[in-house]
Amino acid sequence: MTKTLIELKDVSFQYDYTQVLKNISFTVQEGDFLALLGPNGSGKSTLLKLILGLLKPMNGKIELFGENCTAFKHRELIGYVSQKSNAFNSGFPATVKEVVRSGLTKKTGLFKRLPKDADEQVREALAAVGMQDFMDRNIGQLSGGQQQRVFIARALIAKPKLMILDEPTVGIDHENVQAFYDMLAKLNAEQNITMILVTHDVDTVSNRISHVACLNQTIHFHGYKNDFDAISQDELEAWYGHAVRKIH
Amino acid sequence: MIEALLNYEFLQNAFFSGMIIGVIAPLLGVFIVVRRLSLIADALSHVTLAGIAGSLYLSQTFVGIATLNPIYLGILASVGGSMLIERLRRLYKHYEELAIPIIMSGGLGISAIFISLASGFNTDLMSYLFGSVSAVSRQDFYVIVIIAVVVFVFLLFFFKELFVLSFDEEYAKASGLPAKWVHFLFMIVVALVIAGSMRIVGILLVSSMMTLPVAAAMRIARGFKQTIILSILFGETSVLIGLISAFYLDLAPGGTIVVTSIFILLVVIIAKKAALQFSKGV
Repeated sequence: MTKTLIELKDVSFQYDYTQVLKNISFTVQEGDFLALLGPNGSGKSTLLKLILGLLKPMNGKIELFGENCTAFKHRELIGYVSQKSNAFNSGFPATVKEVVRSGLTKKTGLFKRLPKDADEQVREALAAVGMQDFMDRNIGQLSGGQQQRVFIARALIAKPKLMILDEPTVGIDHENVQAFYDMLAKLNAEQNITMILVTHDVDTVSNRISHVACLNQTIHFHGYKNDFDAISQDELEAWYGHAVRKIH
Repeated sequence: MIEALLNYEFLQNAFFSGMIIGVIAPLLGVFIVVRRLSLIADALSHVTLAGIAGSLYLSQTFVGIATLNPIYLGILASVGGSMLIERLRRLYKHYEELAIPIIMSGGLGISAIFISLASGFNTDLMSYLFGSVSAVSRQDFYVIVIIAVVVFVFLLFFFKELFVLSFDEEYAKASGLPAKWVHFLFMIVVALVIAGSMRIVGILLVSSMMTLPVAAAMRIARGFKQTIILSILFGETSVLIGLISAFYLDLAPGGTIVVTSIFILLVVIIAKKAALQFSKGV
């Protein structure tokens, strides 16, 4: 039986007086590759922040790996890759190796030194994203796409069961986006890493995902990709209040 | 200088204190610079001045505490200031930098009141403002040793967490690290180092010891570890040259150390430019 990794029950959230999320309920099973779609301001990033524990829900319940999210201690099981633009200052004096090594911090625990084979693990994680030749470069010298690969490696090194990616391809050249999603699909298939991906590249990602969730304050659809394809254009537009492109 | 160093205790105090500061100030400075907190160091040094001036005034007024070393009240003010800055930063979430001028002017204002209450400047106060080769006591030296131990213990335990926090704060929080605590402890350690360094470089120039060597190191270092090593190397060189020239030329060491740091920074910038030109030419 597949395991439920994330379960949201009636989750609501508001910033000051603005309701951002209303009665969100859905589950993510182990092995899913879920694309979270929705227009700007639909609450996608807020939803991710709730799952990541950066925000606390006002109502409802979030369970991670079967545990209540506030009591959940094994955050190293969740790898997080944010939008490149707001992640870090690109002049930071660190090598790719140092950045990827830092992905072991939570797993290693407080007051402890990183394991002896940390460098070996760095090499493996970088090889998985095709960046093993860039180990000693400063992170700021890489292109946007390469930096995102390094951040995936930083998440991978902790051997996560679940990866959460918030528009990871913003600022990446169009040609490299395809390869980037191929890599995610490979990690999903070969290492059984569950993926939650917030994206606007619906066309590019459509043949790699297993599930779709449509969000606009509330979840309008959550299910298999094939069922999503059967939804009419009119219905989609009614959810989002404007024309949307359908993925095929 | 070596002969004088062997013979005079005050020189030993200044020299060894300087060598310790030359390591711990740039070491913490790397984190301060990459976290864009350079100005906070400046604000804290001005708060330290308030503690020092207050202590000088009190020991002048109350005979019972005439011998109280001003460094203690300086440390207290600095640590208190760091906590106030954090409170203010949270209060003005979207204008975090506002905390700096508030605390800085507050510190200077209180200092001015104490200085005028103590009826003006004297040489003692001057030595706190710009550092001194002769005024460092054995007690100051011990305090600096203790501060250095605190710095090393803190980094021994929290280096990897502090690195993650410095590189990407959101990621640090998302991966469940105790970001708030690490930051809180970091601010206290920074406050301690600022209070400890002011004996040598002086309150007005303390933050330069945390930023100038790092600024030079960042131009040429590859990676974080190298940045730290080079920062310490540059910091130590500045202290050494600065102290020796202050001793022989009878100048305030704060001035000579900072001018040496700036000289190193200029050399590094020019050398890097030249190296780039050269490699382009080839």
